[in-house]
Amino acid sequence: MKISKEEVEHVAVLARLKFSEKEIERFVDQLNNILGYMDQLGKLETSAVEPTFHAVGQKNVFREDAVQPSLDLDLTLSNGPDPDRGFFRVPKIIE
Amino acid sequence: MEFCQMTAHRLGELLRRKEITSKEITRSVFDRIEKVEDRIHSYITLLPDLALKQAAEADARIQKGEAEPLTGIPVAIKDLICTQGIRTTCGSHILDNFVPTYDATVTVRLKKAGAVFVGKTNMDEFAMGSSTENSHFGPTRNPWDLERIPGGSSGGSAAAVAAGECILSLGSDTGGSIRQPAACCGIVGLKPTYGRVSRYGLVAFASSLDQIGPFAKDVEDAALMLNAISGYEPRDSTSVNLPVPDYTKFLINDIRGMVLGVPREAFGEGIDPEVEATVREAIRTLEKLGAKMVDVSLPHSEYAVAVYYIIAPAEASSNLARYDGVKYGFRARGAYDLLEMYKETRSQGFGSEVKRRIMLGTYALSAGYYDAYYRKASQVRTLIGRDFEKAFAQCDALILPTAPTPAFKLGEKVDDPLQMYLSDIYTIPCNLAGLPGLSLPCGFAKSGLPIGLQVLGNHFQEEKILRVADAYERNTDHHLRKPNL
Amino acid sequence: MEYEPVIGLEVHAQMLTRSKIFCACSTAFGGDPNTHACPVCTGQPGSLPVLNQKVVEYTIRAALATHGAIAPYSLFARKNYFYPDLPKGYQISQYELPLSSAGFVDIQVDEDKKRIGIIRIHMEEDAGKLMHDLSTERGAHSYVDFNRTGVPLIEIVSAPEMHTPEEAAAYLRKLRSILMFLDICDGNMEEGSFRCDANISLRPKGQKTLGVKTELKNMNSFRNVQRALDYEIRRQTALLDQGERILQETRLWDAARGVTSSMRGKEEAHDYRYFPDPDLVPIVVDPEWIAAIKAGLPELPDTKKERFIREYGIPEYDAEVLTSSKPLANYYEACLQVYAKPKIVSNWIMSELLRELKRDEREIEEGPVPAQNLAEMLKLIDEGLISGKIAKSVFEEMYRTGKKAEEVVKEKGWVQVTDTSAIEKSIEEILAKNPKEVEEYKKGKEKLFGFFVGQVMKATQGKANPQLVNELLKKNLMVS
Repeated sequence: MKISKEEVEHVAVLARLKFSEKEIERFVDQLNNILGYMDQLGKLETSAVEPTFHAVGQKNVFREDAVQPSLDLDLTLSNGPDPDRGFFRVPKIIE
Repeated sequence: MEFCQMTAHRLGELLRRKEITSKEITRSVFDRIEKVEDRIHSYITLLPDLALKQAAEADARIQKGEAEPLTGIPVAIKDLICTQGIRTTCGSHILDNFVPTYDATVTVRLKKAGAVFVGKTNMDEFAMGSSTENSHFGPTRNPWDLERIPGGSSGGSAAAVAAGECILSLGSDTGGSIRQPAACCGIVGLKPTYGRVSRYGLVAFASSLDQIGPFAKDVEDAALMLNAISGYEPRDSTSVNLPVPDYTKFLINDIRGMVLGVPREAFGEGIDPEVEATVREAIRTLEKLGAKMVDVSLPHSEYAVAVYYIIAPAEASSNLARYDGVKYGFRARGAYDLLEMYKETRSQGFGSEVKRRIMLGTYALSAGYYDAYYRKASQVRTLIGRDFEKAFAQCDALILPTAPTPAFKLGEKVDDPLQMYLSDIYTIPCNLAGLPGLSLPCGFAKSGLPIGLQVLGNHFQEEKILRVADAYERNTDHHLRKPNL
Repeated sequence: MEYEPVIGLEVHAQMLTRSKIFCACSTAFGGDPNTHACPVCTGQPGSLPVLNQKVVEYTIRAALATHGAIAPYSLFARKNYFYPDLPKGYQISQYELPLSSAGFVDIQVDEDKKRIGIIRIHMEEDAGKLMHDLSTERGAHSYVDFNRTGVPLIEIVSAPEMHTPEEAAAYLRKLRSILMFLDICDGNMEEGSFRCDANISLRPKGQKTLGVKTELKNMNSFRNVQRALDYEIRRQTALLDQGERILQETRLWDAARGVTSSMRGKEEAHDYRYFPDPDLVPIVVDPEWIAAIKAGLPELPDTKKERFIREYGIPEYDAEVLTSSKPLANYYEACLQVYAKPKIVSNWIMSELLRELKRDEREIEEGPVPAQNLAEMLKLIDEGLISGKIAKSVFEEMYRTGKKAEEVVKEKGWVQVTDTSAIEKSIEEILAKNPKEVEEYKKGKEKLFGFFVGQVMKATQGKANPQLVNELLKKNLMVS
């Protein structure tokens, strides 16, 4: 058992996802199956190997410090689920 | 032959000779769509009005003698690519009403080239899948066998080209999502070198792996599309500033003296015997055409799927955090507070495969597991890259199957995610290394299903893989077979 | 039991670039909500970041000024968490490979000098602004403005080497001054361009291991930082004395009530799941680039201070005060351009000008007496047009009205009286009016000299040249 039910629930909280009991149980199985498969990477000796985080070796890609016009307000808000007086409105966090 | 079944290079010729108009081609495509679309379901959004308008503009340009190779050619665009003012859903409920306020770089380039937009194609949600069964809008069906998958995640773009519902299309490839559908649908699909085509405007799945590329009926068409979409984009830090050659210039139908490597790991267990036989036959053909075949090894191939299924979900879990109901897309109503709004929005908005990968990715990055999973996988990624470096030191290109089996049946693998992941075994390694790869049809199974041959190249050597594929294509006729619809 | 506070400070400073860190939107403060926004800084699907080169340059400047090591290879990382003012659901920051580390800042509290270590300096993007309905009931809303999202920040993390709130304030002042001297930050704490969070723990005096620390937020001025730390020291001391444990938590400073209160309820495992950002490529800084930036660095406070001591021969204390801010240092040197007497100028600035500015809570740039004006006034004293005594009144009037010295002197009729005969006349009158005191003085009561001087000054409305008064008075008293 690599990942426990509690860990799955914790990961769901981190990812802001909600699952039913059944779904959580299914995840425990599926994730364990998948993670078990990942175990084989442990067979490889990699302590002296640099990780690859970028596929093609570019460095120092910059832009000039110049201002370009921003997007029109109505476009910025155009996909907003609840635009209000120029703001994006959201439910408040309730303690 | 109907216009919708012709290639872009042939149609371009006829357009420039003023023998036909873009309006006629576009009408032919839409007629075809009317005939077959409800069986195939390649599209999420069709754009008949826009297409006709663009066709008229293209015709005017052609009249003036200002045509480019893609001017007036109907193309379809995967719904993962932003098109200004046109709904872009990424195959997901969470973006089913999203209208981008800007065009992706490739969209801009296609507009400049004068292409005609037929519509936005169906796909696995957020590009996560190998069958297009994970679309919120229902699956796309394989034009060769409607009970089977067209491949994924760019299933709609592949099926549309195969079925004549467009001339060319764009897809995206993160672990094989262009090449595998191309193999399933019997067409050409190309994933360029990472950084060759800009990702600006491509909704991100796994940022260090994603690339946009063409689907086409033949290699020359794929080269034309690659010409149009490649190039440096200053708004994309991963875009490489290298000149774009005219890729069609390399289609010289001569591969004598080229050294082609066949990775021995490509014919391991799990490969369908018909696939193996067909691919080996193709290798013999290449040899007959004058190429020298050598045996190479990519010893870390067996770890590629594990590496990919840690890195891609990890990056995806972060890339998809922005879908929170605040600024765009679906927002769950009636939530008690912000936290509930987040959970309801994301749980209702995302499909199950997406949620599974977000969970996997979040776990792989979480405290205590980052080193064992994400970092470890990134180190093995380096080893996989080195395998390719060694191979390309002696080869011009690598030849292997695209997929271990022909297209499987709809519903066959949905309940076993790991099995689904393993079907990407031949396509994943080149994404990890950022290399270009192409799939083209090399034969058919007894069932009539197409089988794909994969050609991989070294960084920024698209011309070599196009040259090999083109030579093979010109000396065979698999690409001329069409599905019976 | 005596406890020793251990304080570490985390400063976030907004960089004075024109455009944001990863897109070309303006960084200008204010502006109607969501009008300085674009697909990149609002996290639209498909958007990508491109790094503003100036931000790297400014960060290197900060590293050079704090003697930090500059990493030859550094990466951006994603800090993942959910909040409405964070459009991508992650902040682009630096984690394992920051641009700078192992620097320091020298501070002085009263007579004590101390060196405070800087653990790291890294680049990151600012979040947006979130405003809230006052209600805490269901149905209440918050409002998001993305103008500030993507404004470039540097985060400067100090070593936990401060032990008093005064040291903390001194460190902040020095750091702010350095950043302002470098022209990379405007140091405006009210507008939020210079922010500070504190970490504080207590340990029994002599103990090496650290106690449990709390994080303090929401302190928007140096004074509030000090007050918050003072309060927290008292709070933790009280708890420890009662044998209770300190909870590791984040506490907000409430300036109105003068207390820190727990942010409990917002607690959750802060697992930011940092990983290198695949959308941004590594930054490679070579010695040539560092040398070019170093060559272009403005003079830093410590160097300027040393130079002031050396070139102008003023005491260290004066130099410290005059170089505490760039505008003040510039003001001083502008005065010297016109009136080249360093100690005199220094005295006048420190005692008169700064007093007035402090009372009004104004900065030197907002002061009503330009350097030129002060310098000219000092010249008038030398030229004998006004006495040193009346100069103080002249200055106050100059400050009040913004007028030049000559104009004030003319208007008020404060021209110094140097006419010997006029003074003599005055002296004669005073001596004549006060025969008794003259007698007593002659008999030996020398103190009365001051009385006579005072009377003469009074009679001349303070305008008589003091030296002359002294001379002539002596002469007259000897005679009569």
